[in-house]
Amino acid sequence: MKKWTRRAFIGTGILASGALVIGVAIRPGNRSSKVAGLIAEEGETVMNIWLKISPDNTVTAIIPHAEMGQGVHTTLAMMLADEMDADWSKVKFMEAPADKEYANYVVAKGFIAGNKTFPKFLEGTIDGVFLTAVKSMNFQITGGSASVRFTGQQGMRIAGAAAKAMLLQAAADTWKVPVEELKAEKSIISHPASNQSTTFAELAQAAAKVKAPKQPRLKTPEEFTLMGTSQPRLDIPAKVTGAAKFGMDVVLPNMKYATIKAAPVFGAKVKTVNTSIPSDSEGVLKVLNLENAVAVVAEGYWQAKSALDRLNIEFESTENEGKSQDDIFNGYQMAMDKALEEESIEEHFRSGDAPTALSEAETIVEAEYQLPFLAHATMEPMNCTAWVHNGKCEIWCGSQNPLGAKAAVAEFLDISPEQVTVHNQLLGGGFGRRSETDVIKQAVAIAKEVDFPVKLIWSREEDTQHDVYREATISRMKAGLDQSGNPVAYSHQFLFKHHPPEAADIPYTVPNQLIQFTSPSSFVPWGNWRSVDHSVHGFLTESFIDELAFAAKKDPLAFRKNLTQDKPRFQKVLNLIQEKSDWNSPLPANWGRGIAIAQSFGSIVAEVAEVEVNVEGKVKVHRVVCVADAGFAIHPDGFKAQMESGIIYGLAAAMSGEITIENGAVAQSNFHDYQVTRMSDAPRIETYIINSGNPPGGAGEPSTPVIAPAVTNAIFNATGVRIRQLPISKTDLRVSIQQTT
Amino acid sequence: MINLTINGKEYPVEAPAGMPLLWVIREQCELTGTKFGCGIAQCGACTVHVDGQPIRSCITPASSVEGKNITTIEGIAPDENTLHIVQQAWIEEQTPQCGYCQSGQIMSAVALLNENPAPSDEEIEQAMSGNICRCGMYGRIKSAIKRASTALQASTSNPQLQ
Ligand code: FES
Ligand code: FES
Repeated sequence: MKKWTRRAFIGTGILASGALVIGVAIRPGNRSSKVAGLIAEEGETVMNIWLKISPDNTVTAIIPHAEMGQGVHTTLAMMLADEMDADWSKVKFMEAPADKEYANYVVAKGFIAGNKTFPKFLEGTIDGVFLTAVKSMNFQITGGSASVRFTGQQGMRIAGAAAKAMLLQAAADTWKVPVEELKAEKSIISHPASNQSTTFAELAQAAAKVKAPKQPRLKTPEEFTLMGTSQPRLDIPAKVTGAAKFGMDVVLPNMKYATIKAAPVFGAKVKTVNTSIPSDSEGVLKVLNLENAVAVVAEGYWQAKSALDRLNIEFESTENEGKSQDDIFNGYQMAMDKALEEESIEEHFRSGDAPTALSEAETIVEAEYQLPFLAHATMEPMNCTAWVHNGKCEIWCGSQNPLGAKAAVAEFLDISPEQVTVHNQLLGGGFGRRSETDVIKQAVAIAKEVDFPVKLIWSREEDTQHDVYREATISRMKAGLDQSGNPVAYSHQFLFKHHPPEAADIPYTVPNQLIQFTSPSSFVPWGNWRSVDHSVHGFLTESFIDELAFAAKKDPLAFRKNLTQDKPRFQKVLNLIQEKSDWNSPLPANWGRGIAIAQSFGSIVAEVAEVEVNVEGKVKVHRVVCVADAGFAIHPDGFKAQMESGIIYGLAAAMSGEITIENGAVAQSNFHDYQVTRMSDAPRIETYIINSGNPPGGAGEPSTPVIAPAVTNAIFNATGVRIRQLPISKTDLRVSIQQTT
Repeated sequence: MINLTINGKEYPVEAPAGMPLLWVIREQCELTGTKFGCGIAQCGACTVHVDGQPIRSCITPASSVEGKNITTIEGIAPDENTLHIVQQAWIEEQTPQCGYCQSGQIMSAVALLNENPAPSDEEIEQAMSGNICRCGMYGRIKSAIKRASTALQASTSNPQLQ
């Protein structure tokens, strides 16, 4: 194993061999001229995939990620502009069109290499087979908190630095002066000694002919002018005037509207529906039987929805139709028992000899946890506009995965991907939901039957009942403590392992560990839900460690510190949160404080929640203190906003988030029965960032996994009631409070 | 055919009986700043003003507001080049994340401040709790309302800004 450094990365010849590999230096004649055609307007020179210089000396950063509110367009543009020494007031951004040339292999590589070490045997393949493989996987995904970590660090910065190096070289050649004597500042290159200066734009043509540098020098943090500052986000002004265009807002000439009802029971098909246009409905143009769903096309959404609601649709019965949430949980228990009995349970991690250590331990702590299905409930209900014409298909939607969308449409219509155009729009929330292509395929299936563009809009009910869900699960945990209360054995059996693969690891020093899992079959569709498996394991690990601290009669924060002595970043985060949360200060009666910490997506986040449980058993979270080791926060205010967002999202799930299955279908339908956090329930959040000098960590997800355990640990602190089932609303806390008051 | 007055402009529209104002505004008037979130008055994304009062346009029949003054997010700025004080505060606090809920949030905030130029924290929470933000920007929304409240009071001598 070799450390995957920039040197190794570039050293493999990526910049030199095919400049396209990290997107630097697009020059006429190479295969990237295809890209030039997509983004270059008259008189502009495309310098590389990720930036463009216009004759008016504006620099456009071309960003291969969707904007779903994480400010990624601003942050990535800043990374590029800083390295380039471009004038920030003249920097614009543009989202990369969904084209294979943009396949975001940098993201793929980050995932595969885990951003930590990079196996030697892969190096040789990185720019060849590897790249081809990744491209054919259609990567242009926004997720895994990857934008800044991978695209930014390994794409935008290097692209910006390479561009600057080429501009400097071009100036040196033109003026016949040594390149070392030149200065780049605010999109101008000057030679102070001869008093000459010129703009980037003037040099762009000449620079495009300069050989791309093998290893452009990246700035040190001391040299940053933009990175580490909170520049106003470029996407915000349009979002306060109503001008911002989301997928929902697409308007096309002659466009009509559609809405849909899928079989409520997962996997069921339509048995009967009358597809003639109902006489009692105004503005209805078509009723379509799509086998597993019925769609109505009309002059407007409301006309379509009213007609759909009045249709008599019969669905075929399936084996799933009698299933309830209890059946699902019982099935999980049986699957776990069976896997243990038959020894078919898979190993996630083993160290030492946990069974023996458990049998010899002084104290045994054992607990079983249960978590519910969760829906995404993005603010903007699912939608997609599609137009199938002349053997081509155009779609308009907000997608976290525009290339995947393109491939899915091509496959669905059996046409070549070149015939499919994806016009990506702003996303009204993604959280993982908008990396799926189900809605897009539905829109295309409808559009294929008509000769006009059609906008498919899901009702909120459809959105809630036909999501792809965070897995419901159960978990069995057991640990042994020695006489002084130190954990000596840790065993954990959980269900389902999606990703990231390390989610079930614990950061704590326990000599004997056995972590296992099994994956029972499930008919409820699964999908990436903000922080994915960390949303499960953050709660499990951090609840159970709290139980151990209690059994050991230790302060929960001190207990965590003691078990992470080999992890300096954890120590720093824990020390800072102890200080910022006033950890040892007294609280009023029926108030409690709880802590949780986890590392995910390259960031280490700790949260302390302060809660009050009133006599009615109602939980109010008053304050959340969040400390994050961000590695380096490129845009500190944006990072903070993401922490706040992840906390509120995770809090909604912790307090009341629960999707249940009744008769094989989702029982909830809208915000009245799938309740989310509102302003009156929102705690005051204080976020503190540590720039530890490590590579930038993710921002969009890492604050979500720890909020649920921080709150339930605080409830335990307030009431003595240990919550082992989410959501919290399932537990009646009245009794505990009456006892303590 | 009914006549709606939206942002001071007349819109003759075809709205079948019972058709909610939201869909008329979005699809027929093509004012897409007003959003659809739930359709059952749960989320506030569709908030517009009718004679200055905030209403949920997803459950308000278009026919019931004929002859009234309807204001949408596109109509609150004093003119094309000036933002409303609340919009300005929203930018200064860097409030929106995905932005989808923000038209509704701003419309609720403007209505609140018109009624009560200096609301307390509790009054803000009460007035804003019908507006969901799935990106969880509640802290920033609250700060932006306070900032706008301060700016509003400072500008009372200059009625043009209101
Ligand atoms: S769409 Fe009207 S309140 Fe949600
Ligand atoms: S900013 Fe995304 S829902 Fe509020």
